[in-house]
Amino acid sequence: MVAPTVLAAAYLLGYPVVRNAVISLQDFGVRQLVRGGAEFVGFANYAEILGDPKFWSVVGRTFVFTAVNVVLIMVLSTFVALLLTGLRKGMRLLVMAGLVLTWATPVIAATTVFQWLFQSRLGVVNWVLVELGFSRYEGYSWFADGTSTFGILVLLIVWQSVPFAALVLYSAMTTVPSDLYEAARIDGASGVRIFTLITFPILRPMFALILCLEVIWVFKSFVQIWAISQGGPGEATTTLPVYAFQVAQSLQKYDIGAAVSMITVLLLTLVLLAYFRQMFKQEREL
Amino acid sequence: VALLVFLCSVFPVYWMALTAFKPTVDIQSATPTFWPSTVTFSHFATAVDAPGFWQFWRNSVVVAGGGVLLALGVALLAAYAAARMRWKGRRAFVLMVFVAQMTPWEALLIPMYVIARDTDMLDKLSMLTLIYFMITLPFTIITLRGFLAAVPVDLEEAALVDGCTPFAAFRKVVFPLLAPGLMSTSLFGFITAWNEFAFANLLIIKNQGDRTLPVWLSSFSNTFGTDWGATMAASTLFMLPVLLIFLVLQGKVTSGITAGAVKG
Repeated sequence: MVAPTVLAAAYLLGYPVVRNAVISLQDFGVRQLVRGGAEFVGFANYAEILGDPKFWSVVGRTFVFTAVNVVLIMVLSTFVALLLTGLRKGMRLLVMAGLVLTWATPVIAATTVFQWLFQSRLGVVNWVLVELGFSRYEGYSWFADGTSTFGILVLLIVWQSVPFAALVLYSAMTTVPSDLYEAARIDGASGVRIFTLITFPILRPMFALILCLEVIWVFKSFVQIWAISQGGPGEATTTLPVYAFQVAQSLQKYDIGAAVSMITVLLLTLVLLAYFRQMFKQEREL
Repeated sequence: VALLVFLCSVFPVYWMALTAFKPTVDIQSATPTFWPSTVTFSHFATAVDAPGFWQFWRNSVVVAGGGVLLALGVALLAAYAAARMRWKGRRAFVLMVFVAQMTPWEALLIPMYVIARDTDMLDKLSMLTLIYFMITLPFTIITLRGFLAAVPVDLEEAALVDGCTPFAAFRKVVFPLLAPGLMSTSLFGFITAWNEFAFANLLIIKNQGDRTLPVWLSSFSNTFGTDWGATMAASTLFMLPVLLIFLVLQGKVTSGITAGAVKG
């Protein structure tokens, strides 16, 4: 009874990936989707993608998007985690409750709320900016401009990702023996030095794990971008997953879309390998 | 500074709830108010009365619940195999589950679409249930394996010595100890499936009545136009179950995630 289950699970999880790989090697358009009988064309799809300048601009944008988000997430969550360790109990519970609330917000609800916050005529963000004296933001439409849409997406993803990273880092920080801190304080070390010389080196594996997770999560983020801008305006927010979906869905070039997905998966596999190396290293230490 | 962090994390959610309770006049006034002058439930009424709300709600529950139940059944067996039995390829299997847990599901939209077409499952809720089953399966296996490993083998062996069949030993001894773990794992899986958007958006195209809540919410502008009060009320309603589950699970979610995703 157990063996078939394991096999079935392996099959279910493996088949779509294999199917994706197969499609990416075929000539697969609408006709083949309806009638079947797709022909193998080897790596022609990959050759087409790699020769397409649009693909490269999407790749570049994806890397910028990931880098900006991940850096912000890591810095802010480290900061919040450090802040949490220094707070009194009541205040700490309050901040943690806020973080959990943010974390619990479903992606789609959050995207809807952000669209409302940045709404051009009645949105509260524009109102605050005008009140603060930036009168050019009166009726400013954030989603009409590529850069500002990009910025809002970054804000949204960072807002959603910080709680998890901060809470995990915080619980990791509480495991650092407190006599180490005391010793450092007696020796007259400043807060920054305590962090760079004690907290960070001890928790480096933890930081590395979270870094890998966040890179993967941000890199593959699709829902937020799709729900807010569908990759637009123009192609200002088209990242690799969005691009793969667009090519497959609106242009009905399933082969090209599948190939782009494969490239995405391969890129992420590299990050994943780093993650597993780190994880096994840590397991051995435990 | 702490207060600032708190405000930043809470404000969007607060603003959502506030807008949902504010009368339309206040929402559309040029100077926003940060506290409702009068509380109204009319936006909630609009959201609930919107065509198909209850049907989408039911679809979401069926799809997410069905997927999680399937995953739980299969994962229980798989986790048992991974935690208790010695067999060739066990390590490889566990590693594969980890990889599956980390793979970007969004990258598999295209083959899923093609598979759904080939098997005539497009526009069917059962397809979505199967996909949610797949998405929640790796996580469920990993966490259940962790919980199972925490149940002492001696207990099970004692039951076997006393003449229980392996199945009865599992049912009478291991299962009750596992129940809290099962509970939190399945609730967490339920949230994942409840929030899922990409597949629901792609695979249910023609049959609009089979859409799920996230897809409906994302197309709110078609339903409500610029009625932000109703939109925010709908978002609040959508978020409520998730929030309740989080409140129930609280610490368990954090430890479950760290145990599942980080430590394993």
